[in-house]
Amino acid sequence: MRHSTRIAVGPVQFRIGSDWAQPVAALNRLYVGYPRDPERPADATVRLFAARPWRRWLRPSVQIGGDFTVPDALPLPLSMGLLAAEMGMNLQVALGWRRHLLLHASAVAKDGRAVLLSGVSGSGKSTLAALLGESGWRLMGDEFTLIAPDSGDALAFPRAVSLKNEAIAEMAARVDPARFGPLLAGTPKGDIRHLVPRPDAIAAMHDPARPALILFPRFGGTAAVELMGEGEAFVRLTEASTNYVALGEAGFTALTRLVRETPVFGISYPDSATGLALVEQLFAEAIR
Amino acid sequence: MSAVCALVDLLAGRRDAASLSPREWDGVISVARAEALLGTLSVRLGDAALPAPVAALFADQRAAAEVAQHQALWEAEMARRALADDAEFVLLKGTAYAAAGLSCARGRQIGDLDILVPWHDIGRAENELLEGGWEWVKPDPYDDAYYRDHMHELPPLIHKARDRMIDVHHTILPRTHRKTPDPLALVADAVPTASGFAVLCPTDMACHCAAHMLADGDLQGGLRNLWDFHCLAGDFVAADAGFWGRLDARAAKHGLRVEVRRAARLARDLYGTVLPSGWDGHDPGDRWYRRRLLARDDWGGASDFLLQQAFYIRSHWLRMPPAMLARHLWAKWRRR
Repeated sequence: MRHSTRIAVGPVQFRIGSDWAQPVAALNRLYVGYPRDPERPADATVRLFAARPWRRWLRPSVQIGGDFTVPDALPLPLSMGLLAAEMGMNLQVALGWRRHLLLHASAVAKDGRAVLLSGVSGSGKSTLAALLGESGWRLMGDEFTLIAPDSGDALAFPRAVSLKNEAIAEMAARVDPARFGPLLAGTPKGDIRHLVPRPDAIAAMHDPARPALILFPRFGGTAAVELMGEGEAFVRLTEASTNYVALGEAGFTALTRLVRETPVFGISYPDSATGLALVEQLFAEAIR
Repeated sequence: MSAVCALVDLLAGRRDAASLSPREWDGVISVARAEALLGTLSVRLGDAALPAPVAALFADQRAAAEVAQHQALWEAEMARRALADDAEFVLLKGTAYAAAGLSCARGRQIGDLDILVPWHDIGRAENELLEGGWEWVKPDPYDDAYYRDHMHELPPLIHKARDRMIDVHHTILPRTHRKTPDPLALVADAVPTASGFAVLCPTDMACHCAAHMLADGDLQGGLRNLWDFHCLAGDFVAADAGFWGRLDARAAKHGLRVEVRRAARLARDLYGTVLPSGWDGHDPGDRWYRRRLLARDDWGGASDFLLQQAFYIRSHWLRMPPAMLARHLWAKWRRR
C-alpha cells in the first residue's frame, strides 16, 4: 500500500497500510511514544483503502479491511481516517487473536494488581479507566483486557483511549493537551477524541497484573454496590469476550478460574468522583 | 519475490523459512490468513527455525486449529444425532478430512459442516434438522427457490444455539451445471472412518476436491483447495500405488476428467505434487489458473481485478445455461 506504519500495542504488532497519507500521519503522531521494533514481523495487518478507485479522491471514503474484514461495513469519510485505523486494529484483535482470552473490558492496575471494568458501551468504563489512569493507577487499556490462560494474569492492551462526547471535556480539564489526538466530530458514535496513556503506562505495557477485582459499572442513579455471583459473572464475561468460543476448553478454564478467584461487583455511580471512590474502596477491600 | 509466491514455496518445501526477512513475513502471514492457510503453514513449519514472534503466532494457530477441529467433529456428531436413523449421510470437505485423519486436515481451517445425503432422503433430512434446532439463514423466497430448483444443496441452515452452519448436499455440483457427477455412486461407494462416520472413497474425494476448486465457483480460496488436492494425492498414493489409474477411471465416470487432470497439473506446478507419466503434461490454459490462484498482493488484498472478474463470469457460465443465467442475473439485479 502507498502509506504504512507499524505499531506495537501490548503483545500485538500491527502493520497498518493506507491509500492516503493522512490516517498514517495521524497514527504516527498519536503513537509516537510507543515502542518500535522494525525487526519484528506483524501479527496483524490493517488496510485502509478506497472501496472504489475514484473514492481515493472524489469524496474520499475509507473502507476498513485487513486480515479480517466485516462484510458490509460502511466506509468512513477520510476526515475520520484515524477512527477507521483504530476500528481496524480492534477488529483484527477481536477476530484474530488466540493467545489470550479477550475480554471487552477496561483495566487499570496498582502494585501489580488489576481492576477490570466490563459492561456495555455507555456504562462509563472507558471514562472511569481514563480517570483512574490520571490518579495514581496504571492504565492497562480501555477496549480489551487479555487474560493469559496458563497463569490467569491480566495483560495490557493500552491503545489510545477513545473518549466520547462529555468525557472529552472532563478529561481535557485534567490532562496535558499534547496527549490528545484531534477531535473527530460527528462520528457514528458521536464526538470522539483519543487520549494517549501516560508514558509510564506505555513503558509497563508488557507487565502482567494479577486480577484483584472485576466491576460492571453503570453510570447514573444513586451510588450502589452489589456483589455478583460467579455464575452471572461468568455468563456476562462470556458475552464480553470475542474469542471465548474459539478458545474452547482453554477459554472455559481461564474464565472459570477468573470468576472463582476474583470478587465481582456491579456498581452504580452518579458522578465520576463517586465512581472513583467506589473503585478505590472496593480495591482496598479486595487486596486486604 | 511476492508474498503469495513465498507462501507457496514455504508450503511446497522449496524455501527455507530462515531466509525470510521480517518484511517478507508480514506479507506471508497476511496472505496466508487471506487464503485460510495460516494454520496449515504453522503446522508445515512446526519444526522450522523461526523468528520468536512468528513461532509464538504459529503456536497460537496450531492450538486454535486443534480446538476448531474438535468443534467441527462435534458438529458432525450433532448432525449424526439429529439425523439418527432417518437419513444416511456422507461427510464432505474439511470435516471429512478431519474425520478420516488425512494429512491436509492438520492445521486446516474448517468452515461449515458439509454433508451429502441421497436425493430421496433430502426431505427427511431437512425435517430432522429443522426439528433438531437448525433454522434457515436466508428466508428470501427467490433465494430459497433458486437453491431448491438449481443448486446441489439445500439453502444453508444455521443452528440457533451453536451458531454453526450446515450445508446439506445431494450432489457435488449444481443441478444445472454442464458437468453432472453421479451422486448415487458417491454415496454407494462411501467408506467408513474409525470414528463411525462415512466419507467419500479416495478417488471420489479427489474428484470432489478438483470439481469444487475448478468447476464450482471463481477459484476464490483456491490455494487452500489445491493444497488439499496435493495432500490427498500424497496420502492416497502412499496407501495404493494404483491410485492415479483408479482416479482417472473414476473421474471419467463422473465426467470430471478435465478438472481432475488440471488440478493435478496445478498441484504439481505450485506444490510439487509428483505425477505419473501420462498425467505429467502441460496445457497452455493452466497459466491463467496459476495467475488466478496467485492473485494476492503483499498486503493480503485481492489483485488482478480483471482476471478475477473473468473467473467470476466463467463460474456462472459453467453453472447454468445462458437463458437461465440471464433470468437469474435479471432477478438479482432487480432486487438490488
